[in-house]
Amino acid sequence: MGTLPFVFPFAELEVGQHLYWQLGNLRLHGQVFMTSWIVIGALLALVVVGTRKMERDPKGVQNLLEFLWDYIRDLARTQIGEKAYRDWMPFIGTLFLFIFVSNWGGALVPWRLIKLPSGELGAPTADINTTVALALLVSLSYFYAGLSRKGLRYFEYYVHPTPIMLPFKIVEDFTKPLSLSFRLFGNILADELVVAVLVFLVPLVLPVPVMFLGLFTSAIQALIFATLAAYYIGEAVEEHH
Amino acid sequence: MDSITTAASVVAAGLAVGLGAIGPGIGQGSAAQGAVEGIARQPEAEGKIRGTLLLSFAFMESLTIYGLVVALVLLFANPFAG
Repeated sequence: MGTLPFVFPFAELEVGQHLYWQLGNLRLHGQVFMTSWIVIGALLALVVVGTRKMERDPKGVQNLLEFLWDYIRDLARTQIGEKAYRDWMPFIGTLFLFIFVSNWGGALVPWRLIKLPSGELGAPTADINTTVALALLVSLSYFYAGLSRKGLRYFEYYVHPTPIMLPFKIVEDFTKPLSLSFRLFGNILADELVVAVLVFLVPLVLPVPVMFLGLFTSAIQALIFATLAAYYIGEAVEEHH
Repeated sequence: MDSITTAASVVAAGLAVGLGAIGPGIGQGSAAQGAVEGIARQPEAEGKIRGTLLLSFAFMESLTIYGLVVALVLLFANPFAG
């Protein structure tokens, strides 16, 4: 097994086929790195262009950046709370923007035009390794947030209403990254698969609304990932009385 | 992969998505019902209700997506392929 048995001019689905780079004992999925770097580069370029020659009345890219900043600040403030949100806003914003641009970049850019020896370019978030890495980062950061803000009192959270909650809270620490990563990975891959299957069945017109639905779900998934990350951090820094 | 493993994997992949769609389907139905009732009672809150509804839809949908991930593992990265 490996490739689905059909060909499409813009995106051939090759689940489980990758362009491998060998680095010591590690086998890296090269196509994921390439698209991630492109996404990071695009975001950096946008920010550099937007913050050069800033004006009091924002125009163009600066206006867009200020809108994004407002949006991310509101998201972080509602989830994390007034006291701690400033420390974590950059992290939440980076997660949101990286995932959002990855998802949309994977759907909107015709990557198929760039030929690779094996595998294909696509959304970096359609690879389980990217989403697991992001989810583990979220886990580390909520532990760090709780421990740095409350010290060892952070572990009161595990026995907070009653000690009976202890096993559930410990299991939660493992299910949080699992569900975060699987949700993002599954949704993005499912979008690509649904479009590919529809294109295979009806190559004209019909896939277009599904593609728009895909864009919509990708945007919502980026929002959900960022919201949940902020919520977990907020849960860790919250003071119990 | 021998034929019995293939057959079992394909059936299991179908069941994983199909059964996984039942629960979220019911959940989305009752969520939409609540939203429609809310809008009927208070039409000016439509924007806020829509946003919350879409967000909670995405959460419910991800339950089916977990089933889909299992199905994809069975089809493309089967650990029992031997």
